[in-house]
Amino acid sequence: MTNSIHDMGGMHGFGSVEAEPNEPLFHAAWEARVRALQRAMGATGVWTLDGFRAAQELLPPLTYLSSSYYARWFRALERQVVRHGLVGEDEITAGRALRPGIRLNRKLTLDDAKANRSGRYDRPAPAPARFKAGDAIRTRNINPTTHTRLPRYARGKLGTVEAVRGCHVFPDSSAIGAGDNPQWLYTVVFAGRELWGEEADPAIKVSIEAFEPYLSPA
Amino acid sequence: MPADDHAHDHGSEVSEMQLRVKALETILTEKGYVDPAALDQIVENFETRIGPHIGAQVVARAWIDPEFKSRLLEDGTTAANTMGGFDPVAAHLIAVENTPEVHNLVVCTLCSCYPASVLGLPPVWYKSAPYRSRAVIDPKGVLAEFGVTLPQETQIRIWDSTAETRFLVVPMRPAGTEGWSEEQLAALVTRDCMIGTGVPRVPQEAAR
Repeated sequence: MTNSIHDMGGMHGFGSVEAEPNEPLFHAAWEARVRALQRAMGATGVWTLDGFRAAQELLPPLTYLSSSYYARWFRALERQVVRHGLVGEDEITAGRALRPGIRLNRKLTLDDAKANRSGRYDRPAPAPARFKAGDAIRTRNINPTTHTRLPRYARGKLGTVEAVRGCHVFPDSSAIGAGDNPQWLYTVVFAGRELWGEEADPAIKVSIEAFEPYLSPA
Repeated sequence: MPADDHAHDHGSEVSEMQLRVKALETILTEKGYVDPAALDQIVENFETRIGPHIGAQVVARAWIDPEFKSRLLEDGTTAANTMGGFDPVAAHLIAVENTPEVHNLVVCTLCSCYPASVLGLPPVWYKSAPYRSRAVIDPKGVLAEFGVTLPQETQIRIWDSTAETRFLVVPMRPAGTEGWSEEQLAALVTRDCMIGTGVPRVPQEAAR
């Protein structure tokens, strides 16, 4: 969901950033397993990376905030395997498989894991880029009820295209099972005062990575 | 205490989580969707192969090799991949350089996007609500909490990782390191200075 609690940029009240000295890689063994399960299930291709992000964004805000990072991932993972018909609610309750699995197109093998290749999201361009570096743009004011990667704080704002980053999978489509729908991606930079008002520090500039459908000419 | 740390305070939730995660792994394995050996390997990759030592080597080489640095800033993915022994950086890696005029800071306000291929897994604070909410509106306040104070006139550039592009900050090379080897320099490059919430260690610290 777009305007949900995950979209945190610019919010107040969460307190100070607390770094943990000598932080371990994982704080419990189950966190490592969740990390691995997410990777392996993602590799089956049943859902996309954006679909997984969207599943986290669909968690109730209080659950999202009160869950640790990997607990949130776990809840999203559980939700995904049930929603996509891979596992039954009864099996989650039983804690074991009650039926054989359905056939999937891909399964992450040990060799895949050793090769450790991350997915690619760049795609051939279906059309020329509409904008170039230096162009003045205004981000659109959109409020879709489905997944988007245009943060609230950067909607309806004047900015400048700083770089063209190629053509990539469009998360807003990919998350809802509507295919890659490749779109041009740009680094768009905003003055801090455009985002946060005249009182803001003039020394601050913020950029987002913005897909072409998020932008209109200024 | 960040909300993200909630679970670490409550032993009951942790043990419940252990049971629930184990159950899900069992179900997914029994149904043939995942291979436990592959899961072990994924964890092992993070524990032994992928980490900020990779990014530190990239930065150290950029410090001693101007030609490599210009290629890195031009095309981070290709430049990082040319370094021997690295896993392929398939994600679109963008290196951004700190200068006396500009300090770069990387965040993902929407989730936890992080240049994992060169830095490994992000620390809890990077994924926490305080960092994600404040980095874009109060970067100086955030930097102060990390003990980083910049000159008044330094511009701060925040990179919000809202797509599959990933950002690696190339910090400024510390003074007093003339003639140092790539390996010696890499030891000065901390994870935080490649996110922008720190600066490299100074030679005196490294000597201790």
